[in-house]
This record gives sequence, structure tokens and C-alpha cells, in this order.
Amino acid sequence: MQHHHQSSQLHQSAEAHEQSHHVIAVKTYLMIYLALMLLLALTVGAYFLDMGSHQINLAVAMTIAVVKAVLIVLFFMHVYYSAPLTWITAVGSLLWVGLLLAFLLADYFSRGWLDILGK
Amino acid sequence: MSASAHARRDDGRPADYLSDTSVASWLLTTDHKRVGILYMLSVTLFFFVGGVIAGLMRLELMTPRGDVMSTPDAYNRMFTMHGVIMIFFFLVPAIPGVLGNFLLPLMIGARDLAFPKINLLSWYVYMIGGVMGVWILVYGGVDTGWTFYTPFSTMYSNTYVVTAAVAVFITGFSSILTGLNFIVTVHTMRAPGMTWFRLPLFVWSHYATALIMVLGTPVLAISVVLIGLERLFQFGIFDPKLGGDPILFQHLFWFYSHPAVYIMVLPGFAVISEIIPCFSRRPIFGYRFIAFASVAIAIFGFLVWGHHMFVSGQSMYAGAVFSILSFLVAIPSAIKVFNWTATLYKGSLRFDTPMLYAMGFMGLFTIGGLTGLMLASLAIDVHVHDTYFVVAHFHYIMVGGTTMAYLGGVHFWWPKITGRTYSELWGKLSALLVFVGFNLTFFPQFLLGYLGMPRRYFEYRPEFQVLNVMSTAGASILAVGFVLPLFYLLLSLRKAPDAGPNPWGATGLEWQVESPPTTHNFHEPVLVTCGPYMYSPEEAEREYASQHVHTA
Repeated sequence: MQHHHQSSQLHQSAEAHEQSHHVIAVKTYLMIYLALMLLLALTVGAYFLDMGSHQINLAVAMTIAVVKAVLIVLFFMHVYYSAPLTWITAVGSLLWVGLLLAFLLADYFSRGWLDILGK
Repeated sequence: MSASAHARRDDGRPADYLSDTSVASWLLTTDHKRVGILYMLSVTLFFFVGGVIAGLMRLELMTPRGDVMSTPDAYNRMFTMHGVIMIFFFLVPAIPGVLGNFLLPLMIGARDLAFPKINLLSWYVYMIGGVMGVWILVYGGVDTGWTFYTPFSTMYSNTYVVTAAVAVFITGFSSILTGLNFIVTVHTMRAPGMTWFRLPLFVWSHYATALIMVLGTPVLAISVVLIGLERLFQFGIFDPKLGGDPILFQHLFWFYSHPAVYIMVLPGFAVISEIIPCFSRRPIFGYRFIAFASVAIAIFGFLVWGHHMFVSGQSMYAGAVFSILSFLVAIPSAIKVFNWTATLYKGSLRFDTPMLYAMGFMGLFTIGGLTGLMLASLAIDVHVHDTYFVVAHFHYIMVGGTTMAYLGGVHFWWPKITGRTYSELWGKLSALLVFVGFNLTFFPQFLLGYLGMPRRYFEYRPEFQVLNVMSTAGASILAVGFVLPLFYLLLSLRKAPDAGPNPWGATGLEWQVESPPTTHNFHEPVLVTCGPYMYSPEEAEREYASQHVHTA
């Protein structure tokens, strides 16, 4: 029984070990770094572009920011090479932020639909 | 095997986890059971500090005029400190920190939590926040209410708002660490054969609690950081003068703080789900429904926060959506109450102290939950918003629910934690005093609220006095009920361990090791061969006889 117990634990930790220590080539890191720097330049550049309205500028800046965050999470934080459970955790956390923003914006956008002050 | 060898002394008797008594051994321990005891000492301390403040408030409210406290401002600081201490330093850490830490590894057949050092760290982080909280109390307190609503908290309050925000921020991390530890433990440390559907419901509820802790608490941290930034550096986030929106703070705050209600009450469900089957001698009714209801509450609990803002300028459409979603979250809660009730049906009921607390919990939580539905209705909420109706409602959940469950759990597992039994007579008496005192304190507040008495005021109209006197009288009974266990439980420590491994004849792995358990919990590797709550007599005998056959 003990043997069974230990081997199951070892198996588990060996798997976890492999997942957390997946070796990523330096080249990959450098490429992601370059991509991030490019996107940074893009963010700064977009600030100086007049896109007609504030909202469009904001949307562009936020899109670039999201792309940057995704790159960092996937490669620098190793989620891309991780077990499905890590993916679920990462996507779940993102969904939760989405939830907060969605309901928050639902309130802001629907204010003033009724012609009652403060509603 | 090696684990059990370490746990034995030379004379062959295993050393229990309490045998090393040096201060260093306590302050540097990574044993989940000892960390649980550290939490027990600290939450008890904070509970009584918060309780004394509550007593002062009830004294003040005995008469319509302000006469006990020097100024209305002093009263504002009192109710704020009562809320902050009770919520952040008692209710949130109480059951997970004490009973969860102690029992979770035992229940799943593990040696400890997944990260024992992080577990100790969580207690230290909590204590840093707690000491800051007490420091604030001694040096004058905060007057914003535990909700820190802007723009008062960021622009006008002259009290220690930033210090309190930092204390809450720090304590939040203790909660995140505990949650993280529980999630990883449940995923990776279950003994062979301990499948997800063989987990005691205590573990399911704590798992759901841990999810909320990890997903919600960071948002609280962000909200209080933003308060600090606006107060210190005039960032325009919440203050309309600076281009901010005060309701944004309420959104961010309640995104954590409503789910936090479930952080407080789900562990209560955890305790009740263990006590009810044991003292009914029946397997729990609808195991999977109760298990999934916990997870459903954890998820749906995040979709209802806007019901705190029906009258504060939130859009009516958002209010309607939040109202409907709030009704939905009542379903999983009701599933639990109905299943516990069905477990009682035709059971061989025994009314020992833990069961009295559990029965009290069921009734009071149900009243708290149903009045929650009233508050979730848009129209009724306009009438009772910010009145004593709300105060009564959430005290039925927090005191009638969580605190009763915590006391029930402490009485249920006290023989396991300390190895001692306590006086049943005193136990039952205190449970009854808590139940009677609680109802006398808080039921009149429903009436007061419905009649229109607003909360958070120092004086009130004379016609409300009778009900307020009843409430204060109830609070004094409640106080006796809360102080009594302190005496008879501590007195029980003077005698030699007499409880035996399983005084209640309960199922569950924690009852199959010594009381108090040894440092390493189990002497042999655990193999689980059946589900929890095998309380039907024949089956229990058969299944539990084979569960601990160790072939190692």
C-alpha cells in the first residue's frame, strides 16, 4: 500500500516538476522581449496619432496592452507550456476581471436611459 | 512509514502535536494544527474586542438621547471599528483559519497543507493587519463605516483612513494565502482513494471559500489602494470634483465584499454539513447537490454585488439585473437548508451541544436568507435601505449563521483538538443563551428598521426606545452566552485527555486518529475505500472496519 502511495505521489510531483521547469530557449525569450518593445513603441506612437476621438485612442491603447499582457502570461509566466489546470486557472481569472468590467460598464452605459435624475 | 517512525517517542507512545510547549515551537511552527490554534487564540481575542465595542454601542442605544459616548463622532468610530474588527479580523479568518487549517489535511488523509510555511506566513500577515487594527482603535479609530465609502473616506474624514486601508490590505493577503493553500491542498494532497466525491462536505465548502478568497480579495486590495492614492495624492478616481465617480468605489468594494459574505458563511455551511449527519445518525441527504451548491454559491456570489447600490445612483437597469441575480443565489443556499432538513428526517436525533448550535444555525440562517430576498427586491429596498432592517438581516447571517456555526464547530471538534471533553450541561446552557440572546437582540431590529429607524445614528426618535431596550437586553444575554464557553472550554484543559479518538461516533478520517492528533497526523499511509457519512449502522460497521486496514 505504501509503495502504491509513494509512487502515485512521485508520479504526480514528477509531472508537476516537468511542467514547472519546462526549459524555454533564450531565443524565445528574446523574441517575446522584442515583440513587447515593439508594442511599447506602438503604444507611444498611437498616443501621438489623432484618431478622431478619445474613445478610439483608448480602444487602440487597451488592445495593445492586452496583447502585451497575453504574451507575458503565456511565455514569461510559462502558462503556454503548463498543464490544463493552469490554463483553466489563468482563463478563469481573466474571465473574473471581465465579469467585473462587464457589469461595471453595464451600469455606466445604462445610466440616464430613464428620464429620472440619478437613475 | 518513515513519517510514523518520526512521530513516535522512545517509549513507543506517539507525541501529540501539543507536547512541545516552548514559545519558539509555537511561533515557528509549520504544523497546520498548531497554526489553527494560533488562529483560534487571535480570532477569539478580536471577537471579544469587537464584542466589547458592540456592547458599548448597545448601551448608547438604550436611550434615544446620546448619553454614553461623548460625541456622535465617537459613536461613528465605534460602529466602524466594530465592523472592521468583526469582519476582517474575526468572521473572515475564523472558520477557515481555525477549523479549516486544523481539519482540512486530516479530512483528506494528508500530512499537512500543501504549503506549511505559507500557512504560518498567513497567520503572521493576519496578525500584522490585526495589530494595526488595534493600534487604530487605541489611537482614535476610523469613522467611515467598515465600507470606507467615498468621497467621505477620501476627502473629508479626519481619522486614520489610510492606516485602516493598509491594515485591510495586509489582512487581505493572509486570506489570499489561506485560499491558495486550500485550493492546492485539495487538488494535490488527497490520500489514495479520496476521490472528489468522497470528500467530506466540509472540504467542498472550504474549497469554494478558497476560490472566492483568491478571486475576490485582490479587488478589495486594489480598492483600498485607490482610496489611499486619492486621499494622499488627489488622484481623480472617486471624487467628482477631480473627475471621479463615488459609485465606482461602491462597485469595486462590493465586488469583493459581497462575495466576502460567502467567504464568511460557506465555512459555516461546512461545519453544519458535518454536525447534522453525525447527530442524526444518517448519511447526508443529497451529497452532490450540497457539494455543487457550495461551488454555485461561490460563482453566483460574484454576480450580485450591485444590490448594495439600488438607491445610490446605479442605473435602474443594472439594479434590475442585480436584483434578479440576487434571487438566483438563494437557490443553492436553499438547496443546502432543505438537504440538511431532509437529513434530519427519520434520523436518531441527539441534542448534544454542537447539534444545538447547528439547529440554531439552520433557523437563523434561514431567517437571514429570506430577509435577504426582501432586501434584494428593488421596491422594498427603497423603503428599508440603510435602516436597522439591513443591520438585523446581516447579523442573522453573520452571528446567527457564521458565529453559531463556528461555536458549533469548536464544540464538535474540541475533543479532537484538545483531547478533552467539556461539560455538556454548560455547553447546552450557553448554546441556548446564545440562541435566545441573539433573537432578543436582533429580531427587534427588523421591526425598528421596518418602522424607519436608520442605521449608524447616535440618537433616535423616542418611539423607538422600547424595541431598542429589548435589543440591548438581548445583547447582555448574548454576551453571557459568548463568555461562558471561554470558561468551561478552558477549564476542560486542566484535566487529563479523556475524549478518546471518536467521542461522537462520527465518520471521517479525522476521527480515526488520536485526540489530540500526533504531529504527523496518520501513522500509516491512508487508503480511503468509501464515501463520507456512512452513518447507517450496518454499513458503517462494515465499511469503516475495512477502511483502516494498513497493508504497508
